[in-house]
Amino acid sequence: MNKGISFTQAFFTLLKRDLQIAIRHKGDIFNPLLFFILVVTLFPLGIGPEPQVLSRVAPGIIWVAALLASMLSLERLFKADFVDGSLEQMLLSPQPLSLMVLAKVLAHWILTGVPLILVAPLLAVLLHLDDNSYGALMATLALGTPVLSLLGAIGVALTVGLRKGGVLLSLLILPLYIPVLIFATSAIDAAGLNLPYSGHLAIIGAMLVGSLILAPFAIGASLRVSTN
Amino acid sequence: MWKWLHSYADPERAYKLAGTLLPWFSALAIGFIGVGSIWGLLFAPVDYQQGDSYRIIFIHVPAASMSMSAYMAMATSAFIGLVWQIKSADWAAAAIAPIGAVVTFIALITGATWGKPMWGTWWVWDARLTSELVLLFLYLGVISLYASFEDKVLAARAAGILAIVGVINIPIIKYSVEWWNSLHQPATIKITEKSSMAMEMLMPLLINILGFGLMIGAITLVRFRAEILARNGMRPWVRELATAEGVK
Repeated sequence: MNKGISFTQAFFTLLKRDLQIAIRHKGDIFNPLLFFILVVTLFPLGIGPEPQVLSRVAPGIIWVAALLASMLSLERLFKADFVDGSLEQMLLSPQPLSLMVLAKVLAHWILTGVPLILVAPLLAVLLHLDDNSYGALMATLALGTPVLSLLGAIGVALTVGLRKGGVLLSLLILPLYIPVLIFATSAIDAAGLNLPYSGHLAIIGAMLVGSLILAPFAIGASLRVSTN
Repeated sequence: MWKWLHSYADPERAYKLAGTLLPWFSALAIGFIGVGSIWGLLFAPVDYQQGDSYRIIFIHVPAASMSMSAYMAMATSAFIGLVWQIKSADWAAAAIAPIGAVVTFIALITGATWGKPMWGTWWVWDARLTSELVLLFLYLGVISLYASFEDKVLAARAAGILAIVGVINIPIIKYSVEWWNSLHQPATIKITEKSSMAMEMLMPLLINILGFGLMIGAITLVRFRAEILARNGMRPWVRELATAEGVK
């Protein structure tokens, strides 16, 4: 009997497909990024341009903007596949669903998380972030944004079948984002004061490992609920 | 061993069992909360540090501890519903969610009114308070997810998954006062060691905690029965019940 393609092949095929689709619709990559930059730009205009104030609130602003950008970009994670029926084909395929879901989330993180990490130092300069804090900012974003994608994907998978999922999605996943926000911003603050912040990073790392293992199952179960 | 339990997956039997249990839960809840509150608010000794304002503890602590217990009950029912595909468990989870949200809200409000005279502020962004607020958001998320599906079978499953994911917050609330330096005082009631509270204050508190648990149980039973009727409106036994009650 034909066993079909291997797990690795399935994983990379799906990853490549999602990346290709996104590269052909460049707006999907750039709009969340522009949103991220715009939200960060609003704060100096709203709270005044004093460098002391800005450098104090910079970690929080960058992280909150990253949370919102990640949440907005997540909406399209399963939507197109759900509408054109390819999601159902994935559910029916012999490869494990959690593996496919992981490939989709990874593709999503490469497309929205990585650009966000790359543009963050530039925004940190605009907000007069402490010189000591750049390493912590990059490290927390690198460890934290995959967690956001994984946790957010659970919420998206739950709401993909609903017509008006947008506001509901924020209610579902923002509470789950709060721990990441707390530890990331306190790590950046600690780094600004020249204190060790490896403990905070370790906790975010633990969140990443935990969600990497458990979230794909929750996403898979949610997709099965949403599609039948 | 657990076989006797299986028969209660049938909606009709679950409905009848809930009906038999309801008066017991209600009477005991009224009794316990009545005794605990009157004892605590009128007769328990005055605290030498906090004066009479500590008495809000007799509402605050039961509400706060039961907000977590209710969440665990909801998540457990949701888990049973998802794994063994028992619809009654899904309905029970849906029935608990709004009650848990209200109890969490009571815990937050009483905590704020207690914080004002003691800490001099209504609210601090402290680990215990923030994680309890997140618990409220999780309840609201579960409720609104359940409400936004037309098909209630799917709604219960989706809300169930969210409830199970949110369980991660419960140990964070429980241990937040130990893990972080918190303005909120550490736990005074301990199961394994001696509690750091006078017996005359502890007794009414424990009675009220039990009473709040029974009250949540009683309201859950009412909502559970309503949920069963709403989801089984087309079944003959519900129709018979409705005719017997004189509904046309």
